[in-house]
Parts: sequence; C-alpha cells; structure tokens
Amino acid sequence: MGQSADITTRFLAGERAALARLISWAENGDGRFAAALAEVFDRVGRAWRVGITGPPGAGKSTLVNEMARLFRDAERTVGVLAVDPSSPFTGGALLGDRIRMEERTLDPGVFIRSMASRGSHGGLACASVDACDVMDAFGFDELLVETVGVGQAEHDIVSAADTVLVVLCPGAGDGIQAMKSGLLETADVLVVNKADQHGADRLISDLEEALELRGMAPDAWCPLVVSCSAGKAQGVEAVNAAIAQHRAYLAGERLERARAAMRAEQVQRVVGERLLAALWNERGYDRETERLLASAPSPHAAAEQALARILAQVDNIADNLEPSTGSQP
Amino acid sequence: MNQRIIRVLVGKPGLDGHDRGAKTVASVLRDRGMEVIYTGLHQTPEMIAEVAAQEDVDVVGLSILSGAHMELFPRVKAELESRGMGHTLLVGGGIIPADDMTALEEGGYARLFGPGSRTEDIANWIDTEMNRRWATEGDN
Amino acid sequence: MTETQEVKTVDARRLWQEAYSSAKLREANFTSLSGEELKPLYGPDDVRIDADQDLGHPGSFPFTRGVHPTMYRGRLWTMRQFAGFGSARETNERFRYLLGLGQTGLSVAFDFPTLMGYDSDDAISRGEVGQVGVAISSLQDMETMMAGIPMDKVSTSMTINGPAPILLAFYIACAERQGIAAGELRGTVQNDILKEYQAQHAWLVAPEPALRMITDLMSYCSRAVPQWNTISISGYHIREAGSTAAQELAFTLANGLEYVRRGVAAGMDVDEFAPRLSFFFDSHLDFFEEIAKFRAARRIWARKLRADFGAQREASWKVRFHTQTAGVSLTAQQPENNIVRTTLEALAAVLGGTQSLHTNSMDETLSLPTEKAVKIALRTQQVIAEESEVAHVADPLGGSYYIEALTNRIEEHAQAYFDEIERLGGVVPAIEAGFFQKEIHRSAVRYQQDVEQGKKHVVGVNCYQDEDQAGPEIDIHRIDPAVEVDQRERLAKLRAGRDEVAAQAALAAVRAAAEGTDNLMDCFVAAAHADCTLGEITAILRDVFGEFKEPKTL
Repeated sequence: MGQSADITTRFLAGERAALARLISWAENGDGRFAAALAEVFDRVGRAWRVGITGPPGAGKSTLVNEMARLFRDAERTVGVLAVDPSSPFTGGALLGDRIRMEERTLDPGVFIRSMASRGSHGGLACASVDACDVMDAFGFDELLVETVGVGQAEHDIVSAADTVLVVLCPGAGDGIQAMKSGLLETADVLVVNKADQHGADRLISDLEEALELRGMAPDAWCPLVVSCSAGKAQGVEAVNAAIAQHRAYLAGERLERARAAMRAEQVQRVVGERLLAALWNERGYDRETERLLASAPSPHAAAEQALARILAQVDNIADNLEPSTGSQP
Repeated sequence: MNQRIIRVLVGKPGLDGHDRGAKTVASVLRDRGMEVIYTGLHQTPEMIAEVAAQEDVDVVGLSILSGAHMELFPRVKAELESRGMGHTLLVGGGIIPADDMTALEEGGYARLFGPGSRTEDIANWIDTEMNRRWATEGDN
Repeated sequence: MTETQEVKTVDARRLWQEAYSSAKLREANFTSLSGEELKPLYGPDDVRIDADQDLGHPGSFPFTRGVHPTMYRGRLWTMRQFAGFGSARETNERFRYLLGLGQTGLSVAFDFPTLMGYDSDDAISRGEVGQVGVAISSLQDMETMMAGIPMDKVSTSMTINGPAPILLAFYIACAERQGIAAGELRGTVQNDILKEYQAQHAWLVAPEPALRMITDLMSYCSRAVPQWNTISISGYHIREAGSTAAQELAFTLANGLEYVRRGVAAGMDVDEFAPRLSFFFDSHLDFFEEIAKFRAARRIWARKLRADFGAQREASWKVRFHTQTAGVSLTAQQPENNIVRTTLEALAAVLGGTQSLHTNSMDETLSLPTEKAVKIALRTQQVIAEESEVAHVADPLGGSYYIEALTNRIEEHAQAYFDEIERLGGVVPAIEAGFFQKEIHRSAVRYQQDVEQGKKHVVGVNCYQDEDQAGPEIDIHRIDPAVEVDQRERLAKLRAGRDEVAAQAALAAVRAAAEGTDNLMDCFVAAAHADCTLGEITAILRDVFGEFKEPKTL
C-alpha cells in the first residue's frame, strides 16, 4: 500500500480509507498527492461547497449536523471538513467537533474529516481546498467546510467555497464584531443561530440594517439573513433553502467564473507554498540569509539583497512566458 | 512543509461512562504535539473503526473500565481491518487483568496500559513506536 | 481574658512564628489534596468561630455538628457494602452472604446495560452483561435477585439513575407479588440524573424530560412509598471523575437545589419531598479536608433550604448522607496498601458524621472484589465502630481551628460556584455548555500531572515502589460469559410466555403518559406487572423524549 496508483484504484472503487489517506497526503504536503489528484480530477466539480464560519460558541457544529441531516433526508450525500486550531506552542490539537455529529458516523452517505490548522495559513487553505477536491471527486453531493473563528485563515478557507455562511448567535456582541472584522463582506448567507434566545431579534435587525447601508451593484447577490435554532432542530430548512437560492443565483456563467478564479487562486497558493518551502527548507536559502545578515545593516537590507537575486530570476521567467491568449492587459 | 504529525483516535467503546483516563490521556497527547480525535462516550466498535478510517489516524487508543474489553477490543480490530485500516497501531487501557492483557497483546494490540500508568510514559511510547514504524516501514 | 494574658498570647504566637520561619523544612509540597496552600498552624487569628450561628449542636440548625442529637451513641452508621454482579441469582447469593455477616442494608450495583436502560439481549449490551453489576431487564430478574429476602425488613439502595423510575417500579411490583405493600418498602434509588451528565455519564434521555421523570417519581413516592428516599444526590462520581473536594460539594449541592426547585415548580410542598432527599459523598485521602467537606455540606444545605425555599420542617434541612471511600485513591501496585487508605477514608467519613458507609475492597482496581476482600473491607468498618472508641463523641473535631477554617473555606468555594452556575443560566444550561465537565477535567489533569511530577506522593506508585514490579498476587473475580447467554434465553422465554396483548397495552400507556403529563410511575408499575422489559420501556422514552448529546468538553 502507499503508491498513488494503488490509492487511486481503491479511491475509485469507493474505499473511504483511500479517500482519507489522500486527504492526509494533502495535509502533509506529501509529494504523491499531485499525481493522485490528477488521476481523479475529472470528477471534481459536481459537489456544492459551503464554507461555514463564525465565532466560537455560535453552534456551527450543531448547525452542520442538522444541515447534514436535512441533506440526507433529501437523499443527498454529504462530506464535512471540520477545521480546528492547532496549539501554537506544541503543534498538537484536540479535534472534537465531530462529537456533535456522532449520529452521522455510520451513515454511508456522510464522511466527516477533522483537520488541524497546523503551521501556515497558506498551507491550511491549500490543504482544505485539496480535501474538498478529493471529497468532491469521491462523489459527495454537498460539502460543508466548518472553521472556528473569524481570522484571516478562516476567511481564506471559506472564500474557497461556492456559498459562504457566517453563523452568529445572540449575546457577546458577535454581530458588532462580525461587522468590524469584515465577515459580512464574505457572507452569502448570514445565519442567526440560537434564535430562541434573548437578543436574537435585535441581532437580526442590526444585520439587516448593516446590509442595507452597503452600496450594492444592481445585479449583485444581496446576502440573506436567516435564523434558526440548530440545537432544537428548528429552522435549519431555511438555511439550506438560502443555500439553494444562492446556488440558483450563481448557476451558469457566474459559477464558471467564480470557480475558475478559485482554481487560479489554488494554483497561486500551491506555487507560493512550494516556492517558500523550496527556498527555505530544501534549497538551503536559510543559510544564505545568515550570510547576508552578517554584512547587511538591517534585516530589511538583507531581504532587499536576497530579493534582488530572486526577482532577477523571476524576471527571467516572465520574459520567457508564452504569449497569453486571454490575459488582461 | 513536509511534516508528519501523529494522529491518534482516543475512543471509549462500550457503555461505561468513565472518561477521566481517556480525556486526560487525550489532553496529554495533544500537549505532546499529536492531533487527537476524541470520540466521546458509548461508542460501538463499528463507530470507532469508521471514525478511525475517515480520520486516517495512525493510532487507535481505547479506554474501557467496564470489563467488556475481551469482547470489544477484538471487534474494534476486526472492524478496522474490514475498512482497510489493519495497519493502525492499537493501544488500550483501563481495568484489564494481566491474563487478558497478554491475550490482547497476542491478538494484535501493541501495548496495554493498566491503572497507575503514567500518561507521560504512554505519550513517549506512542511517539517512539510511531517514529520507529515510519522509519522502518516508510511513509505509507 | 485579661490584658496581660492577651499580651502573653500574642508574644507566644510571635515566638512560634519566628521559630518556624528560621527552621529548616522538609522538601515537600504543603498543600491539600485539592492543591490548596495550607498554613503550618491554625489558631484563633485564622478563623472566627461563631458557635451559635455556624456550629449549633448535633441535631440542631445548622447541623454542622451532625444531624442527630445522639449521633453514634443512638445508632451506629449503616454498614452498607455495594454489591451485585453477574446474574440475579448470584447477586441474591451474595446478598444473603452479606446479611449473614451482619450487614444491615442491601446495596445493588447494576451492569452497564441496565444503567443505560438496555436489555441484556440488546446488541449494544454484548460483552457487558453482568460485568460490573447485576443485569436486571425485567420484573422476573428482580424477583430472582430478591428471592427469600424479606423486602419489608431490609432497606435496599439501588444505584440507578436514568432508568431509576423503571427499576423502582420493578421493585414495587416484586414486593407486591410477595404480598408486601409499597408503603412498607424502605430504601433508596440514586435517581440523580444531573451528575450523570456532569460526571458518571449513564443517561437515558435529555435533561428536561429526565427531570420530569424525577419529579414524577418524587410525587409518586410521597403518595405511595413514603419511606423511600427518592434521590441520593451524589458527589461520589463527580469526585471520582477528578474533581476537588470543593467542586464535589458545590456541584452536588447545586444539583440538589435544582431538584428542590423542580419539585416546587411541579407544585409540591418542599416539606413534603425534601426530607426524602439524601446525599452520597466520596471520602478521599485528605483526612481533614474531607471532614470539613461533610460539615460544610450540612451547614450550606440547612441554610439554603430554610432561607431560599422557606422549608419549615427540620427534616427538610438535614443532609443525611451515605459515604463511599475513594475508589480512585486505590492503586494496582501493592494492593494490600489499599486497606490502609480505605481505613483512613472510612475514619474521615465517621468523624464527619456519615449515616452509612461503603468501604472499598483492596482489589477493586483489578477487578470486581473477591469475597475475602469484601470481608476485610466490612471488618474495617467494624473495627472503627467497635474498637477505636471514636464513635462515642459527636463531631469530635468541631472547634478545631483548622477544621473550622477548612469548613468555612469550602463553604466559600461552594458559594462562588453557585454564583457562577447562576450566571450560566442554571444547572441544565451549564451542563449543556459542558461547564461542570470541563471543570472536572481540568482538576483531573492537574492532579495527574502533580503525581507524575512527584508533587503529590502515592506510595507504591511514585515512591516506595517494589523492586519487583510483577503483577500482584490477588485472586481475580471473573464473570462467567454464560451469564449473558443465560440472560438472553431468559428474556426470550419471558417474552414468549407473557400475555402479549396486556404487555403492548401497558407499553402504549407508557407512551401516552410520556407524550402527556400523567405521572409515569403508575404506568411503569403496570408495565412491570405485564412483564414488559426495561429496554422496551426505555425505547419508548428515547423515542418520545429524544436522546442526550454529549457536549464537546475537550
């Protein structure tokens, strides 16, 4: 076991351990991943990807569990990717979100994978897109990607989705925080969870007001605000309906454009990650850094010198590019 | 960015609700830099094996204090094998008489930890064993 | 005290302080088992003792010094060894053995399938039947377990929670078949579901419907089984899961107060049901901290019941409690040392004024106790009662500066927790948020680290280890797998032989009561008589009420 051909054969035969292993390869930056993905990439593109983010305690896992239940009732298969933070000190992580989705464990139409955020933002975003690609290729109809928190890393992950859900709940000033942090700009659907709790009406009206104040292009998507109580299995139908509405809006050219942009972003992310890894870890540029620092007056000066050499090579590459047919001026 | 982090499933098979040991070990393994998936209580062998497969863990650690280990531990192993997860490193802990420990070790459990085991020893052992496996068997 | 005497006292204290400060101390960690700093000496400056307000007298408010005026001169504590394993028949034999040894009450341990409300023949029960307690799936099993035992004479304590109302219904039906009326029965069901979500984790349904079943049971018993203790509000499992003494006390009393609130909200008179509530605590190795915990429990409960709930009867104010020595303090290494640990813990429980006591057997970290180990454990209590002369004086440590300071401190900790729980919206929302579970987990991890780092010593484990680490030579008690096979056959026969129409009608009545508001206990007793099984009844409850989902606590 272990070669990419074996894995893809098992993957294409529907073996879930093979899917799981491909996700591990993506996470570990394993060199065999690219070849394996290439073998199955013609199957990618059928799933609908929903990114779900929001502050801790908003009830995202519970919501995801309920959404999955409704999708299953409608005979749709579901892949879930639950991202949790790694400890910045030890690198370890407790991945406990799936405990809220326990009743889905033995459902052959559901696959749940936990992913720790590990080192770099770029690496995580890469791996989460890769994980979605292989779950998509495996044949799941709906993909739900859940992250905790409202930072840049989470933003990068969910923005690689077709529909972005921002989940908030009453209390703790989450609404205000969300507006400040720019989450509203990301959201296609705003979900007010725990809507039975005190302060929900206020949060909903605050959000609607904030959305109205935004200038919108006439045919742009106007984010929907929906409320539910996922813990009580109430109102989650409206969340799935809002996703369907957004999906219908995107259908056709808009979707093609959005997905092409996402794929281009993934190329850039992969190149960026690999380039940095090659420079620092594999090609010994860290030693060059020490040499430059020894003679440079400041870190910035050392960086300028290093960049000058690297960029000269980059210019070289750019000069030799094929003339592009569809590129922007 | 080629990094290998040990992924461990800490599972509670059976009906007993004693999760003190399992949760303490889960926390300690996290602090040792491992990624830990804790299943929660009252899991069937099928559920544990399915989670292990979906999460592609390297190690499955089971804790049981109900006396049902001779029934449940072998079933977890069989369920893992049926899911293509036969390579998983299996460890266990709880109230397990010495004879049963021997029998389980003969049946494919790499190591069993009885009451009074140091969590640090458990973490060290898993760390050493996984690194040994990766060094000798390659990065599969 | 004259002025000169006062000056002398102050001088003496200063002299001691100087001597202490200049002396060389042992390399040790001078903290309580809960990890709190302890002073080298406690005196009048360290604690204000208001004997009237805070201590009272044994048998009088606030009961800090005990619930009976005579304490153990009136009656010794009940020596109640928890037992039950394998089949109902084997358990019946063990009960008769224990009654023959002079034990005065029965205490039933159930196996995990029973605790979770599953029949022995359920697929999920495989490998667990009879393992840690007796399997009781039907009235027939209950009858076998109680055969030849005079149910109107013994008091029986049943450690069962989620399915407690159903097991009590089996017990009542069993007595009725022996010709004994429910009104004559004495005993206890643990029936403390809140701590199950917090620590012990054997639940049936979600908290709200579970609490409704508990108020149904309380109201039924006040009418039909007036001598029955309806809830044994338990700190034992909270402690065993890793909490500190103060957490054990605070969470247990918070749960107790929640039951009282629910009873009152259900329209019951607090003085009608509060006297039937009892408590169950752990007794751990920190001798003085434990004694202080028991004393603080009595004082807090008495004050809360009187001030917050307006309870008028003395019986409502009293904390009557059962104690079990700490299972977690026992070690697999050098297991004979466990006899000594258990002795210390038992002594703390007695000096703390317990009403009944279970002493653990030395081999419990290895397996179910053997008969010999059980006998030594019981004899430990008998030695304390008969030979040590400690039982002659009520609250013998009352007035000790140290004990009073500890009692006050634990009371303060408890109040801080009550405030925190209230801030979280009450006990049930705090459970759903995983608050108790996280607090307990944090304490458990801290203690484990203290032991591993050698800050806390455990003899035979991290100090004074034996050179030879080979397994201890203790006979292991094993459960015969035939028990499970036999149970499956018995259940199959029972279902085949019963009046199916009557059984289905009884189950339909359970469903109707669960969906409506009628008292479920009446339906459970009827279902017991109709030979409905535990699993058949709980399946309906799970269906109507929904299951509990464990919150994320890591």
